[in-house]
Amino acid sequence: MSTERRFDAGSDVGQDSAPGDDSTDEGRSLGAEVRGYILGLALAIALTIASFWAVQTHLIYGPGIPMALVVLAVAQMGIHLVFFLHITTGPDNTNNVLALAFGVLIVSLVVFGSVWVMAHLNHNMVPMGELLKMQR
Amino acid sequence: MTEVALSSGAGAPAHAAPTGHGAGGPAPKRIVVGYGFWIFLLSDVIMFSALFAAYAVLASNTAGGPSARQLFDLRNTALETGCLLASSFSCGMASLAVGQRSMRWTQIALLVTGLLGAGFLSLELREFEGLVARDAGPSRSAFLSAFFTLVGCHGLHVTAGLLWLGTMMAQFLAKGFRQDIRFRFLCFSLFWHALDIIWVAIFSLVYLVGTIL
Repeated sequence: MSTERRFDAGSDVGQDSAPGDDSTDEGRSLGAEVRGYILGLALAIALTIASFWAVQTHLIYGPGIPMALVVLAVAQMGIHLVFFLHITTGPDNTNNVLALAFGVLIVSLVVFGSVWVMAHLNHNMVPMGELLKMQR
Repeated sequence: MTEVALSSGAGAPAHAAPTGHGAGGPAPKRIVVGYGFWIFLLSDVIMFSALFAAYAVLASNTAGGPSARQLFDLRNTALETGCLLASSFSCGMASLAVGQRSMRWTQIALLVTGLLGAGFLSLELREFEGLVARDAGPSRSAFLSAFFTLVGCHGLHVTAGLLWLGTMMAQFLAKGFRQDIRFRFLCFSLFWHALDIIWVAIFSLVYLVGTIL
């Protein structure tokens, strides 16, 4: 077995999987792979339609709609990660999932932290009229 | 002392002993390439999260100008979403075609991916053009500055992705399914799918939330 061959195929190592790997070399047939992508596409379309429906319907309690949209968006991102990027929770995927978890932690700190801090600053700010009076 | 002696004298010939950590030796190059690019993509997502945070903070600061509700056309957003989702799917088909070493299907799938991506981009540019024409350009208010920065940054990523996609088509054609070209294509497909994930956040949290608040 040449070095080239050994480094080329992941199947004979069988330890890790890279993000985006197709698993055809792990014995799944091409048809099964295509079906996986089609299933992912169908789920993503369904969630997209649900999101667009949620803003136009009156069936959902108004103030709850943004939360519904967040939930649908997170679900659709999960679908994309699993079916298109092939990030799964299998044992060969630990590194990828841990990197993803760290990314999610940082993203949520940045987004929720900014919104939280800025909302408080906004709340505690002296109103513009008062500020002008103080400067006189 | 004894441990060192034991581990070095395991009996295996030196060239067969794993040089990396763990039982399997160093990871194959495909894993290293994919993992490294995955780390890059996550850092890109973190950059986008800062733009999302800026938009969330500034979204209500319209400075007397038009608000999200008056500006956004959901039909256009739905079309853009459809284009990008379909192009993500055909990019997946392209990676299956590469796995099957089928040049014709690889090129067809990549062409479809690129056309759908270009369709998305033209819809977005038309939307931007319309906004600027209605005096709702990036300099109008803090809300619009944040909006153009966030959505424009995603658009720039798509533009870069289209250039990369054209390069991949040419390289497959000129060099065949060589290993290093396939690694590049693995990175490209990850990049393209990640752009679709960021668009999911944009259409949900910017366009859809914008029309109900």
